[in-house]
Amino acid sequence: MIPLTLNACIVLSAVLFAIGFLGVLIRRNTLVIYMCLELMLVASTLALVAFSRFNGTLDGNVFVFFILTVAAAEVAVGLAIIVALFRRRQTIEVEKLNALKD
Amino acid sequence: MPDLLFNLFAVFTVACALGVVFNRNAIASALCLLLCLVGVAGLFALLDAMLLAFVLVFVYAGAVVALFLFIIMLLDAQGGTRRAFGKLAVAAGALAAGLLATGVILLSGSLGPAGSVPLPPPDPSLLNLGETAELLFTLYLLPVEVVGFLLLIAMLGVIVLSKRFAGLEDIK
Repeated sequence: MIPLTLNACIVLSAVLFAIGFLGVLIRRNTLVIYMCLELMLVASTLALVAFSRFNGTLDGNVFVFFILTVAAAEVAVGLAIIVALFRRRQTIEVEKLNALKD
Repeated sequence: MPDLLFNLFAVFTVACALGVVFNRNAIASALCLLLCLVGVAGLFALLDAMLLAFVLVFVYAGAVVALFLFIIMLLDAQGGTRRAFGKLAVAAGALAAGLLATGVILLSGSLGPAGSVPLPPPDPSLLNLGETAELLFTLYLLPVEVVGFLLLIAMLGVIVLSKRFAGLEDIK
């Protein structure tokens, strides 16, 4: 049993971030990569909330509030871009979306 | 009791996060993301951030995951003929992610004794919503306005992105 300390929260946040990072590196489906990006964002907010709680302030919570708002806007725009891309290229696999590389 | 809940939520969240990465079906990934966000909301509630727990469930679990599911079904992007990920990519990615996590965990060791004190009792004045509202509308008033404007721009941007403009289709 791991006690609820600041270190435990940061380690959990780092592990979640690393899992999201792993997903971004290995997946081929753009939508799943995008989900893993969201996972990394949420992992970072967990660290902010933990710091805020252990310091006895609310500023970290307010930051997380803004991060969630920006993330919602980001998801809407990102998914619109993916849909536009799919309309043009008929695929969402990252290995086929390499026009900038060639 | 908080320790037990913390362990439960932590294991649940990490398991669901792994589910997001390793599910071959995109819809199953999205549903794992939903469960993972619920786990994180539980952790927020455990850290006395009730407002954020609610906002996370409403905004992420309600809006964002629903949008993901909607797009997955719209594009019919279940998987395709190729495998979702290769063995070499998994090995290299796991190495990179492991190094990243190890780095952060080693850095968190430099917090010293402050990192290992148990959860202090909550400050009752910080638990009511009025305190957060006062911060949002005094010290952070400008960011609130900017974020509102950002949401407006994002909404317009999405409309422009999804509209078909005549004459643009032949650009290769």
